[in-house]
Amino acid sequence: MNGILHLWLIPLLPFAGFLLNGILGRKLPKWLVTTVALAAPLAAFGVALGAAVSFSASNSLPWVETLPFAWINIAALHVNFSFVLDQLSLVMLLVVTGVGFLIHVYSVGYMDGDEGYARYFSYLNLFLFFMSVLVLAGNALMMFIGWEGVGLASYLLIGFYFQKKSAADAGKKAFIVNRIGDVGFLFAMFLLVANFGTLTFTEIAAKLGQCSGWTGGVVTVIALCLLLGAAGKSAQLPLYIWLPDAMEGPTPVSALIHAATMVTAGVYMIVRMHVLFNHSPFALGVVALVGAATALFAATIGLAQNDIKRVLAYSTISQLGYMFLACGVAAYSAAIFHLLTHAFFKALLFLAAGTVIHSLGGEQDLRRMGGLWKKLPVTFAVTTVGVLAIAGFPPFAGFFSKDAILYAAFLQQPHGRVLWAVGVVTALLTSFYMFRLWYMAFLGKPRSSDAPLHESPWSMRGPLVILAALSLGGGWIGIERTDGWLNMERFTSFLAPVVGAKSVAGGGARLELELSAIAVGAALLGWLVAYLFYRQSSTVPARLAAALPHGYKLLANKYYVDEIYGATVVKPLLGFSKYILGWVVEVGVLGGAAWLLAGSAKFVGAILQYWQSGNLRSYAAWLAVGAAAVLLFLLVPWATAWPATLDFVWKATGH
Amino acid sequence: MHLILFFIFAGFCLAGAINLLLQSHPIASALSLIVVMTSLAVLYLLLGAEFLAAAQVIVYAGAIMVLVTLVVMLLNAGREERTHGSHAAWLVGFPAVATILAVIATVILHLQRMGVAKLGDGITSTAELGTVLFTRLLLPFEVTSVLILIAILGAVALARRGNGEGTAGK
Amino acid sequence: MNSLFAQEVPLSWYLMLSAILFSLGVVGFLIKRNLITMFMSIELMLNAVNLSFVTFARQWSAVQGQLFVFFVMVVAAAEAAVGLAIIISVFRARATLAVDKLDRMKL
Repeated sequence: MNGILHLWLIPLLPFAGFLLNGILGRKLPKWLVTTVALAAPLAAFGVALGAAVSFSASNSLPWVETLPFAWINIAALHVNFSFVLDQLSLVMLLVVTGVGFLIHVYSVGYMDGDEGYARYFSYLNLFLFFMSVLVLAGNALMMFIGWEGVGLASYLLIGFYFQKKSAADAGKKAFIVNRIGDVGFLFAMFLLVANFGTLTFTEIAAKLGQCSGWTGGVVTVIALCLLLGAAGKSAQLPLYIWLPDAMEGPTPVSALIHAATMVTAGVYMIVRMHVLFNHSPFALGVVALVGAATALFAATIGLAQNDIKRVLAYSTISQLGYMFLACGVAAYSAAIFHLLTHAFFKALLFLAAGTVIHSLGGEQDLRRMGGLWKKLPVTFAVTTVGVLAIAGFPPFAGFFSKDAILYAAFLQQPHGRVLWAVGVVTALLTSFYMFRLWYMAFLGKPRSSDAPLHESPWSMRGPLVILAALSLGGGWIGIERTDGWLNMERFTSFLAPVVGAKSVAGGGARLELELSAIAVGAALLGWLVAYLFYRQSSTVPARLAAALPHGYKLLANKYYVDEIYGATVVKPLLGFSKYILGWVVEVGVLGGAAWLLAGSAKFVGAILQYWQSGNLRSYAAWLAVGAAAVLLFLLVPWATAWPATLDFVWKATGH
Repeated sequence: MHLILFFIFAGFCLAGAINLLLQSHPIASALSLIVVMTSLAVLYLLLGAEFLAAAQVIVYAGAIMVLVTLVVMLLNAGREERTHGSHAAWLVGFPAVATILAVIATVILHLQRMGVAKLGDGITSTAELGTVLFTRLLLPFEVTSVLILIAILGAVALARRGNGEGTAGK
Repeated sequence: MNSLFAQEVPLSWYLMLSAILFSLGVVGFLIKRNLITMFMSIELMLNAVNLSFVTFARQWSAVQGQLFVFFVMVVAAAEAAVGLAIIISVFRARATLAVDKLDRMKL
């Protein structure tokens, strides 16, 4: 089927929404702002859906659109504005625009009454624009535009309540830490241009395909640089510190950007460049290590957090660690599958948390919540679905994707079992703290103040329900029944033209079944512990914290990582800026140079000032000197006079 | 004959010039200058420039120097006070003058094609002067007459009473 | 004795005289402290130059040399008139003719 796609519409429509709401938003009536803001993602989703329907089945993917004007044409480097639609970007695009649209709808209710209403939606549309550019990019530079742009949108939205210092600081922190990662991305692009002469993904893959025996060396360096960039954007160790602080933004922002879409850009980028990573087993190992370590690390921190959004933030970091782990064992489809399901249930959880916060009038502390299941039944129901999904219980979506990752990790040589074990422990911890959240927030006796509670409007509840349905059934689309067990073959074969299929040795349905059972068992164990701690008696956690005060403090204070960074990186930088750059360079060198220049002019002027005495006779004397000089210059034949003078002096001194 | 006359009147020139420098009263300097000018008039005669000699006496010695003397007497200029106003004039000016004199003298001494003046030879008639003046140099002639007019106006305007008088004595 | 009554004088001697008169004029301008005397030194310089013009006019039998002297005289006359008028104004303003006291045009 040969349809005509207009891919450029997908970024363009949100951009138009951004411009309209951004420039005119404050003067337009609210219904118009809302309509424009909602129409853009809906239309983009429509185009993406249309593309999915008409193209996915045929062989006409990948579909490449290039804007007619070239961007960079220097010597051998040609970079264009090209959009590429293939199976991978199609999946991402549907997630981005679909979940994005739902969150836009939710925001209508959540941000109602806020004075920055139009500004919020314009920023949100801007984000969608950049994210779709990132996803549709056909070369690394285009992707970088989207990359930087989503960082910008993230900054704007995190610091949305900019009058609050903590929000403004959080926005800055997010942007700066992202930028540190972007250095890696830039370096990788430089190396790509230097070694491959091109930034287009397909060309790079082709060049790598020609030398299949090429591993290590430059490819490893490029891959590690890309990993640095991905770690910054996707909040992996050591650049995850911005994500918990990013919870200062409005909750729908946390749901969209810091759960479902922007933070997954790092994973997407790695999967896009998977050919590069495949040629460097060392880099893949590092990726897996980073992912596993982050997953465990973040899960441990999440155990001791009391802010509902912080718990979800650390769980996001942890789940992203899972995705990186999947990439690290070259199970790219599993990573994308988990990305997909995670988008559903994490967005759901964030939006539900937003509803709770909204209903409680801004309360975010879990210790002051409780017993909400009666007052917020719909929210309670959808949160339950979300928690079950993230813990990995079948048949919810998270089960299939997490399982696929753990299975691929287990089979990885040579240290796959260690990774698998870390993954299982993390699953246990995840289950524990998510159910802890569930118990503390919704069940038990109400600990919140007796303010009148109300369920949220349907504009907020509707998306929640849809996302809950997706969290429940979203995993089923990718699985099929093979070898007597369900696995994600359908999804894998769908993505196979892009990411290739990984052949695993030593697999089999039985092993998969066993591993799934262990994982589910771990999740159940976590639930049990959470039940014991938080449902049955509420003194056990306190006594445990008292018994291990240092351990508890370490976790509650996030391992003091922010403080460590502050002392080792931020403070020296600030000191360097203030004292060395500020005093030595600015005042000393630059100020000194300026002072020297001006001072010498003044000095010379002060000296010359004495020459202008007003005395006519000295003026006359200098006139005479001038006249003598002119006469000398004109009348003496210097070409012959100088040697003649020298001769004369020579003879006169008696030689 | 020419030589003796040259020596005498050149001597008068030099004596007058040096006397101009040595005298401290301006009127004495003015009179010395008149001596120089009349001697120069004679030298012009020796060189055959009759008209110029006459003009020198009439215009320079007879008009300009008279004017100068008039101003000296009008302003009642007295002897010069010996002030040490300018060191530059001595330290810098004298070497400069010496250099100028040395350079010009050297050039003159190296001139190779200078001829000699004979008394009675090469006398330029006034008619010759007039011819060239009123044909080829007519424009400069007319311009100088305008110049003189302007000078008269300027002098009258400057020297009028009420011009810059308010600050005298302050 | 005969040589003393010679009828010829080398023209370079006239030029030499002119050069010496000129330098004397410059020296006078430098060492004199009275405005009017300085002005007279200028006139001396002009006369020296006139002499050299006439000499060269005689050398090359060119009447233009003498005519230049003519114009120099005219200009000198005009200059004398205006210059002396200025000196009178200065005297009226400052009540002094000593050049060293007239040094207000400085920073």
